[in-house]
Amino acid sequence: MNLLTSVFAQSGGQLIAPAPVSGEVSEAVAQVTGPAVDWWGLLPLIILGAGALLLLTVSSLLRKRAPTSFYAIWTVTVASAAAISAIPLWARVQGWETVLWWDNTPESFGPFSTVGNMVGIDGFSVFLVITICLAVALTALVADGYLRREGLDGPSLYVLMMLSAAGGVMMATANDLIMVFLGLETLSIAVYVLAAMHLKRAQSQEAGLKYFVLGSFSSSFFLYGIAMIYGATGSTNLVAIKDFMSEVVPVQNGLLLLGLAFMLVGLAFKVSAVPFHAWSPDVYDGAPTPVVAFMASGVKIAAFAGIVRIFVLTFDNYGSTWRPIVYALAILSMVVGAALAIVQSDVKRMLAFSSISHAGFILMAVEAASAEGNAAVLFYLATYTFMVVGTFTIVTLVGRTGDNRHALRDYRGLARTSPALAAALTVFLFAQAGIPFTAGFFAKFYAVIAAVNASAIPLAVIAMVSAVIAAFLYLRLVVMVFMAGGDDGNDGPVPKRTDRIAVPAGAGLVIGICLVVTIGYGLFPDALVAPAREGQPALVRSAEPAVAAPAIPTTP
Amino acid sequence: MAVSVLAAESAGFPILPALIFVPVLGAIIIALIPRSRPELHRQVAIVTGLLTFVFAVWMLVQFETGDPGYQFVVSQTWVESLDIKFFLGVDGISLFLVVLTGFLFPIALFAAKPDNDPKGYYAWLTLLMAGCMGAFMALDLFLFFLMFEITLVPLYMLIGKWGHGRRVYAATKFLLYTMLGSAFMLVAIVSLAVLAKAGDGGAISFDFTKIIASDSLSQSAGRWLFLGMAIAFAVKVPAFPFHTWLPDAHTEAPTAGSIDLAGILLKLGTYGFLRFGLELFPEAAVWFAPVMLTIATIGIIYGGIVAAMQKNLKRLVAYSSLAHMGFALMGIFALNVEGIEGSVLVMINHGISTGALFILLGFLYQRRHTYEISSLKGIAKVAPVFAGLFTLVMLSSIGLPGLNGFVGEFLVLLGTFVSNRWWAVVATSGVIIAALYLLWAYQRVFNGEPDEENATFPDLKLSERLVMVPLVILIVFLGVYPKPVLDRIEPSVQRVVNRVELQVERYDQPVTQDGRELDRSAIDAAAEKAREARDGEAKEPAVATEVGR
Repeated sequence: MNLLTSVFAQSGGQLIAPAPVSGEVSEAVAQVTGPAVDWWGLLPLIILGAGALLLLTVSSLLRKRAPTSFYAIWTVTVASAAAISAIPLWARVQGWETVLWWDNTPESFGPFSTVGNMVGIDGFSVFLVITICLAVALTALVADGYLRREGLDGPSLYVLMMLSAAGGVMMATANDLIMVFLGLETLSIAVYVLAAMHLKRAQSQEAGLKYFVLGSFSSSFFLYGIAMIYGATGSTNLVAIKDFMSEVVPVQNGLLLLGLAFMLVGLAFKVSAVPFHAWSPDVYDGAPTPVVAFMASGVKIAAFAGIVRIFVLTFDNYGSTWRPIVYALAILSMVVGAALAIVQSDVKRMLAFSSISHAGFILMAVEAASAEGNAAVLFYLATYTFMVVGTFTIVTLVGRTGDNRHALRDYRGLARTSPALAAALTVFLFAQAGIPFTAGFFAKFYAVIAAVNASAIPLAVIAMVSAVIAAFLYLRLVVMVFMAGGDDGNDGPVPKRTDRIAVPAGAGLVIGICLVVTIGYGLFPDALVAPAREGQPALVRSAEPAVAAPAIPTTP
Repeated sequence: MAVSVLAAESAGFPILPALIFVPVLGAIIIALIPRSRPELHRQVAIVTGLLTFVFAVWMLVQFETGDPGYQFVVSQTWVESLDIKFFLGVDGISLFLVVLTGFLFPIALFAAKPDNDPKGYYAWLTLLMAGCMGAFMALDLFLFFLMFEITLVPLYMLIGKWGHGRRVYAATKFLLYTMLGSAFMLVAIVSLAVLAKAGDGGAISFDFTKIIASDSLSQSAGRWLFLGMAIAFAVKVPAFPFHTWLPDAHTEAPTAGSIDLAGILLKLGTYGFLRFGLELFPEAAVWFAPVMLTIATIGIIYGGIVAAMQKNLKRLVAYSSLAHMGFALMGIFALNVEGIEGSVLVMINHGISTGALFILLGFLYQRRHTYEISSLKGIAKVAPVFAGLFTLVMLSSIGLPGLNGFVGEFLVLLGTFVSNRWWAVVATSGVIIAALYLLWAYQRVFNGEPDEENATFPDLKLSERLVMVPLVILIVFLGVYPKPVLDRIEPSVQRVVNRVELQVERYDQPVTQDGRELDRSAIDAAAEKAREARDGEAKEPAVATEVGR
């Protein structure tokens, strides 16, 4: 709870002060010295949180209905602002002297921690912050047309999504287990509500409830893990834990191991790794489709950020303990995800299992526990965001009013009614399958390189074989879209012109952006690999001392 | 080798990239032309195909005959972080496969028209051409893998959308089989790059020539990696236990798909064995040679026997492909100049003969809408020209001396007999089986009195005859005078064989070509000489790189 007290102390003393409060305080008030806060480092978080609350306030004060697309444009603006505010951080972390025309003159270059080591700003976190913000912006554009189509227009989805993203940003920048937990809860609670957002579908409510019950269960696992780690190491701060472990070799580390295991369970649930995946098909199936796009991108990013920060970064010397577990999780996720996806007849469930399989691939890169592995994680998460948002945008459109036409047969003959949509869907599916010249291929490729470099060749082989199994599922969809028929060669009745699917401007824009990114990074991966490699996580002890306990006022 | 590679680089027109990008451009143009102008799609596709063919012939003309190294080399960094390059080059081994690709695609375009949606059909077909070209010319392992893999998508679409009968099943089976093989190849390529550390300062590199030059693989690593790649290539060839996708894919594919699949795509497998199996892992290739020869022999015999049992003409030709590709595979693992030369020749000849057979079967299907042998009868009576052409092509496929099929198979058997006698003896019976199944099928389809349904079988139209002309010319020419082709193949093959002999201690041929016992001291002296030559060359690449830039 250090953060809360510190912020409280700040605002109590002097509003938004960049320097620690050290002024004269009247004798009657206890003197509380808060930690130094680098507000630049918190800016993305603040923008997202403030943007959400402001939207809520403004929309409740409006007498008339908000103008069309007002909420979506607001959200896109806020998310873009948050992403842009992260660019100076990136420049600072990477030591860029100038950003375009603007002279970058921070106090110091390189990764840094702030708020008493609670928040860590490094290449890894800044990269993911930007990715999460992009996911929010893209999803908001899709949600715009969707909500109007479903007659659910209102600010709530956008507000919740921004809050959820704020939680994701907290997780990505967390340098303290408590911070990770705060982020996890902020993120999850908002997403529980988002899943139940579609008031007219019972499945949506069911999905929300299911997600909530299982999700809180996993959160409690995580919290319990934190408590054990605290017991074992005497701190919840990642910097302190790492320092502690570099100095002390515990004779009995049962508590520590149990804590690690519990934390892994909590996070593996969020990334829906097998065997903690059971929620995801049901939730993906029931939740409103744009929300699913956000869950598959934003939530996954945040959870993987947590995994990398805690396991790869902090507990790297316990690699021999957790890496085999992640190894197994990766294999199970890849194989089970791909195999179960094949037998689904509902596209959203199918994509849920495919996203489980993708999580396995990312876990494979995590398992490498190397700089290359981290770069592969970043590359995968960034490209997967665009692939999966693009896919679910099309699923949203094909779902039509009511959001329930998601059976495989509903895609029959899509190439005839909407050839452009069909072509885009094919690109996204091929990208997910890892066909060359798409970003998805390089994502898998870098993950495999990381695994091979870490001498996990069996893992790499299993990964590629499961990619082939998964390819079959994407092909099933492509077959439906293009060939429309069974083996009898009968394509069925030719769909009429009136079956054409209307594409709202926002969704069209998202599909366009995702297409450009998916193909662009498939042709020129260097453009993304370079930042992914520079985006390494780091644990830096901030120059300021950690928060001291509030001094007890001495009564004379 | 590096010296000759880069010295031959022409500063002029980048002909190899043109061979890839002209079809890609064509495909894009076709995709942009609206559906309401179907005739334009075909015209653009034909122009693209012919233009590529012209480039390919131009390359053939400019090719330096005696040079064993890579010519027309183009190298452009693509992914800097992993030293992945757009690295293309052609040597004697790939030269004719590239020309064959440029030749068969326009032929396929002329020979068959799609029955629906011409836009997609022509776009995918031209894209397939680009992929095949790229795969034969790529000298970067990663680029090769990309091209090898990207050819799957167009062919999948062609079979799945424009095929017959159980097309979706056949297309999916084809794609999954090949992708499964590729999965192993990808891991092998990545592991090779990681293990070889051939880049600057021990970094990862996918550069084929650099990896060869680094020679840093341990014996067991080399064998495992060879195995990984061999699975991918064996599926593609297809070699015996991995072949089951082929008959399905061929039977259901549209005519153009069959021509390109049999004529070109299968060669990717044997070409891969030769270029990436043999040159990268010579030790493993020698170690695995008996296994590969056995697989090849089984393929030859089994393919022939199963072909004889087929009731469907297209399936019959598909199984005959299995047998022919067995010969190509066998020649490679004979591991001597005759065998490998023969193998390259078998690849080319099989492309021409089987391509021609599939074209003729396409004409047959247009007229009768069936491939079933039992419902065809007495066609020679009503369509003499068709029957005559079929006879010629069939005899070439059987391997009649004087026609192209004979030369390659003869060289393969000769080479194998020298190095591994008994395999050659068994495989020779495959030639007889080929005569059996093709002649038997011919007899049932063409001889006798035509029944009611076949009596109205129209003979070939002028346009159809014209399509067959270049194929027939090549069949006869290559059978009578294969020397120009062999002259260009031989130096590169010699280079590969030298490398195998150099790399593998104690590797030698059991007998010389005259059948005498080998003189070991002579071999050792030759090896020593070659080693010196190589060491001398090793100092030069620095200079050569300068030239290259």
